[in-house]
Amino acid sequence: MTIDLKTIKHISKLSRISVDDEKAKKLAGDLNSIFEFIEKLNKLDTNKVEPLTSIAETTLKFRTDEVKSKNIRNQILKNSPEENEDFFVVPKVVE
Amino acid sequence: MSDITSQTLTELVKNIKEKKISSEETTKAFIERGKKSKVLNSYITEDFSNALEKAKNFDKNPNFDLKLPGIPIAVKDLFCTNGVKTTAGSKILSNFIPPYESTVTQNIWNEGGILLGKLNCDEFAMGSSNETSFFGNVQSPIDKDLVPGGSSGGSASALAANLTPITIGTDTGGSIRQPASFTGTVGLKPTYGSCSRYGIVAFASSLDQAGPMSKNVKDCALLQEIISSYDEKDSTSIEFKRNEYTKDLTKKIKGKKIGIPKEYRVDGMPKEIEDLWTKGIEYAKDCGAEIVEISLPYTNYALPTYYIVAPAEASSNLARYDGVKYGFRSKGENLIDMYEKTRSEGFGSEVQRRIMIGTYVLSSGYYDAYYLKAQKVRKLIKNDFDDAYKKVDAILTPSTPSAAFKIGEKTNDPVSMYLNDIFTVPVNLAGLPAISIPSGVDARGYPLGLQIIGKAFDEQNILNIAYAMEEKIEFKNKITDWWIK
Repeated sequence: MTIDLKTIKHISKLSRISVDDEKAKKLAGDLNSIFEFIEKLNKLDTNKVEPLTSIAETTLKFRTDEVKSKNIRNQILKNSPEENEDFFVVPKVVE
Repeated sequence: MSDITSQTLTELVKNIKEKKISSEETTKAFIERGKKSKVLNSYITEDFSNALEKAKNFDKNPNFDLKLPGIPIAVKDLFCTNGVKTTAGSKILSNFIPPYESTVTQNIWNEGGILLGKLNCDEFAMGSSNETSFFGNVQSPIDKDLVPGGSSGGSASALAANLTPITIGTDTGGSIRQPASFTGTVGLKPTYGSCSRYGIVAFASSLDQAGPMSKNVKDCALLQEIISSYDEKDSTSIEFKRNEYTKDLTKKIKGKKIGIPKEYRVDGMPKEIEDLWTKGIEYAKDCGAEIVEISLPYTNYALPTYYIVAPAEASSNLARYDGVKYGFRSKGENLIDMYEKTRSEGFGSEVQRRIMIGTYVLSSGYYDAYYLKAQKVRKLIKNDFDDAYKKVDAILTPSTPSAAFKIGEKTNDPVSMYLNDIFTVPVNLAGLPAISIPSGVDARGYPLGLQIIGKAFDEQNILNIAYAMEEKIEFKNKITDWWIK
């Protein structure tokens, strides 16, 4: 299997990473060599194997849903890339 | 008394408790050496003035019952530290100041540890040489232009260069053990679920574990007993009886069965690695251990499995970096354009490559062929270890397939870079604990490590084996201070 430029453009769209033609070419080369290495797994017959979905074989615990971090609103907003006292700001999404 | 910065953690703790040195003197010594060692690029963020302030406060009102009484410690910049910039080695988090503290670092401060600063690492811990960091590559103190390994490269470099008496890293596929091996230090990757992942910048959640890096096994045991804790803030944290690893530390390992997996004798393995392993087997025998040939038949499939599972989880974990609530943002014509430009400019090439691999193997039409397949093979790899542990108590292998390489030597070939982790990756896939201890040098005098893999939750046993072998190996790290003018 080879990953072509069209596929790279498709994955880049799904990944929300913009990719120009030059970068797409480089990525296609890299991904093809990596997948060539990964394809080794196809030699294995795994039809009767159960997938391992969790390494820690524990059941999730229940806990009460309560707020523990209080009064850190300003600290959180301080990390906002665009300054605004009360909100996170993004480019306009509704006309 | 030897120079402060060259003392082990155990020696420093003893000297501070006996009031032979103060926390302030100790902290100052590490700060001074850090200032003279900027060329190593071990630090991303120094927190020196705060550290000194905390040390003075400790001396004014000392509590010698603590396990780390006023001990200054620098940590990998993947651990969130309240109010101190945490970057994960990435441009996208280059201005991020966490409003909370990771559980592992909090455990250290609770025992009297003092934050010296945040150490360089590969971007989002993705790398084996610390060359993918946005903040530049790290120099190994072992030799000029040598990589310290990765992703905890800044941690390994700072520790080996005596800029911190002990440190913590994270290990997703070998990121503690490989740099420990490259720099002649000790590194432990604990059992999955023993150290909380809360507040650690996530890479691959089913593989990530925090762990100690130290100058000797005893220091490693001490830090492990401090950072390991059950934490309800991490839903995969596991409740089990945690030992006081230093209290139960013993060199008596007579009769322990140590497995030697034949599949780790890989094609093209350098002779010096073979020799190191053979020597390691002799050391283990000298300590009274019984050597057993074992087989881990699926070993060869571990690396391809890892390069599906880890990028898949990473692509999901890193979806949160969109430039909206924190971190770097690039201007876009609209919201989608902003996301795409932010991520394209904010992530480095290795991170983008892995996000793309992960997105692809999870995408419609490929999920079964890649991701589900990898989860099944992961099960087979775990079964291998389960079978082996019916016969043995621990497994001995080399830590890495070679000694450290030169900066730039492997950056153009991702697959050859990935092969560095061939002996460490299976352990993460199976969720097991493993320790790397310095055990010899190659022809150029660069350190080589041996890895001891244990059963899940059996950190005590591998620490004991490492402790016993360390005494026989008598490794001495040769650091010439070449970077200090």
